[in-house]
Amino acid sequence: MSMTIAHMSRRFGATEVLRGIDLTVARGELVALLGPSGSGKTTLLKIIAGLDWPDAGTLEVNGEDWLPKRAQERRIGFVFQHYALFAHMTVAENIAFGLTVLPRATRPSPRQIADKVQELLGFLQIPQLAGRYPAELSGGQRQRVALGRAMAISPQLLLLDEPFGALDAQVRRDLRRWLREVLVQAGTTTVFVTHDQEEAFELADRVVVMGAGRIEQTGSPEEIHDHPASPFVARFLGMTVELPVTLRAGRAEAPGIDASALARVAMADGAATLFLRPSDITPVPDPEGRFTIRTIASTGAMLRLLLTDGAGGTEVEIEIPRRLAPAGLAEGGHVRLRPEAGRLFARTEPLSQSAAGAFATAHDPDAGRQTALSKEFTR
Amino acid sequence: MSTTGTSAPGALAPRPRRGVERALIGLALVLTAGFVLVPLLYIFARAFGAGWGAFAHNVLDPGTLHAIGLTALVAVIVVPVNMAFGIAAAWAIARFRFPGRKALLTLIEIPFSISPIIAGICYLLLYGRNGLVGPWLMALDLKVLFALPGIVLVTLFVTAPFVMREVLPLMQAQGSEQEEAAVTLGASGWQIFRRVTLPNIRWALLYGAVLCGARAVGEFGAVSVVSGMIRGQTMTLPLQIELLFNDLNIVGAFAAAAVLTLLALVVLVLKAAMEARRR
Repeated sequence: MSMTIAHMSRRFGATEVLRGIDLTVARGELVALLGPSGSGKTTLLKIIAGLDWPDAGTLEVNGEDWLPKRAQERRIGFVFQHYALFAHMTVAENIAFGLTVLPRATRPSPRQIADKVQELLGFLQIPQLAGRYPAELSGGQRQRVALGRAMAISPQLLLLDEPFGALDAQVRRDLRRWLREVLVQAGTTTVFVTHDQEEAFELADRVVVMGAGRIEQTGSPEEIHDHPASPFVARFLGMTVELPVTLRAGRAEAPGIDASALARVAMADGAATLFLRPSDITPVPDPEGRFTIRTIASTGAMLRLLLTDGAGGTEVEIEIPRRLAPAGLAEGGHVRLRPEAGRLFARTEPLSQSAAGAFATAHDPDAGRQTALSKEFTR
Repeated sequence: MSTTGTSAPGALAPRPRRGVERALIGLALVLTAGFVLVPLLYIFARAFGAGWGAFAHNVLDPGTLHAIGLTALVAVIVVPVNMAFGIAAAWAIARFRFPGRKALLTLIEIPFSISPIIAGICYLLLYGRNGLVGPWLMALDLKVLFALPGIVLVTLFVTAPFVMREVLPLMQAQGSEQEEAAVTLGASGWQIFRRVTLPNIRWALLYGAVLCGARAVGEFGAVSVVSGMIRGQTMTLPLQIELLFNDLNIVGAFAAAAVLTLLALVVLVLKAAMEARRR
C-alpha cells in the first residue's frame, strides 16, 4: 500500500490546522508524524482514516482517490490515543468486532473468527487476557488489545495516534521496542503520531516533523537529529541553547566560545545563530572565561550547569555526564564554552528569546535579525 | 459511627465532638420519620385497617381496577416513546454542534420547571373545542381531549426530560471515540448504535425509563385537566384516589393509594439496584 497526499489543507473556523501538506508514504514504510501539540498531526491522521475531511488537497492510496470513500470502506486500522476499547466487551470480543460486523456474505464463520482472535492474542503475547474486560487491564495491555483489534481486519494501513501517550515512562520504553518488532513483523504500512522525538526516532523508518500545519522536515532519524532544517525543528529537537555568533569564512566566532570543534559551513559571512543541545557543550574551566557558573545541580548521572554571561546576563544551560565533568567546576567559577555539535542559521529577525537578545546586543551591534537557512519561519 | 466509609483516623487525631454529631443525626432521623415515614406507613395502616378483605374488595372495585389498567396503559405507551425520544435528543446534543443546541437543551427541560397544571391547560387550549387545532380535529372526528390520546400527550410532555437527562451526561463523558473506533472497523450506523452506543448507555437508559415510568404513573395535575375525569373511562389511578376521597370512601381511597405507593416503592427498589449497577 502506498499513499500520496498533496496540497492538503484544513481549517477549523479561523484556525488553519493544515496548510498545504505534501507527503508520500511507501509500501511497508513505518512513518512518524512528529510535532508539538497543535501542529496538525492528529488532524492529518484523522483525514487519512476518514474521520475528518480536508478543505482542499488530494489523498490517494494505490493510485485510488480516497476522499470520496467513507471510513468504513477504507479498511484502515486505527489505534486511538486512549484506545477506545469497547468497555462492555471482553478482549476477545473487542478483537473480533471488525470481523463480526462484516456483511454476511464476506463474514468469516464464528470458528474462523475465533481462530483469528486466538492467533492475534498469541502474536501480541496476551492469550491469557481473552476473557477479561478492558477495565481489568493495565495501560500496556489495553494498548495491545487496541492494536489487535485494529490488526484483525488485516488493514491496508495502520494508523496510531500517540500510541504511548497514555502510558507511564517505564512501560513506554518497554513497549516501544516491542511495538517496533510487531510492526516490522506484520509488515503493514504504518503512520503514527507522536510529540516525543525519542519515540519517533526509535520506532520510525522515516520521521516527518510538523509545525503549525506545515511539514518542516522529512528524513531519517539521524538526518533530522544532526541536521535540523529550520530553527523550529532545531528548537523542537532540544537545541534549546541559542548563541548569537558571527560567521567568518564558514566558522562561528563569538567571545568566550571556542567553536573549533564544529565543521565549517558553506554560508555567507555575517550574523548567525548557533543552535546547541545542552548536552553538546563542554565547559572548559578558565579563570579568564566569559561565563560564570551560577549553579550546579546533579541528577545522579548528569550534571546540570546554569551559566551566565558576564557582560549581558544571558543564561545558558549545559548538561554533561557527571563522570566526564572536567576538574575545577565550581559555583562562581569561570568557563569557556566548547560546542561539540550544533546548527547554524543566518540571522535576519529578532531573536525570540529576550535573554539571548540581551547577549546579542552586548557584543554585536548588527544582531537582532535572524533568518532560517532553508525556510522562513515565524514564531 | 462517624468513621464509616473511609478508614478511621490515627490515634492522635483530635476527638470529634460527639454531642454535636449525635444531635445532628438525631434531628435528621426525626425529620425523615416525621415527614416521610409516618405518612407513608399511615397509608398502609388505613388501607389495611379494615382487614385484607376490605382492601381486596376496594381494589377490585370496577372503577379502581379500570383506573389501574388505564394508568398502566399510559405508562406502557409513554415510557418507550420517551426512551426513543430521550436517546435521539441526547445523541444529537452530545455528538453534534449545531445552532440552537443550547436552546434545544433548555427547551427539553421546560417540563421540569413549569407546573404540570399549566401543561394541562396548554393542551386544553390547543386541542379544545375553541382551540388552535381543536375544530380541525373535530372535523376529522378525532377525539384527543377527555380521552386516552390527551392523557398520553400531557404525560409525554411532563415526562419528556427524564431519559434525556440521564443519558446525556453519560454520552458526553464517554465521548465519541468508541463510535469512531467502530466506524474504522467497518461497522454500519445501525451496528454502531446497537453494539456500541446502546450497551454503553443501557443502565442510564433504564434508570431514566424507571424515573419516567414512576412519573407517568403518578402524574396528577396535568392529567386532571385533560382527562375530564369521566368515571370508568378516563380516570387514572391518582385521579381515582381523589375521586374516592371526595366521595368520602376513605378506605377505598387509601386502598387505591396503597397500590400506587407500592408501585412507587417497587420503582424505588429498581432505581437503587440500578444505581448500584451503574457504579
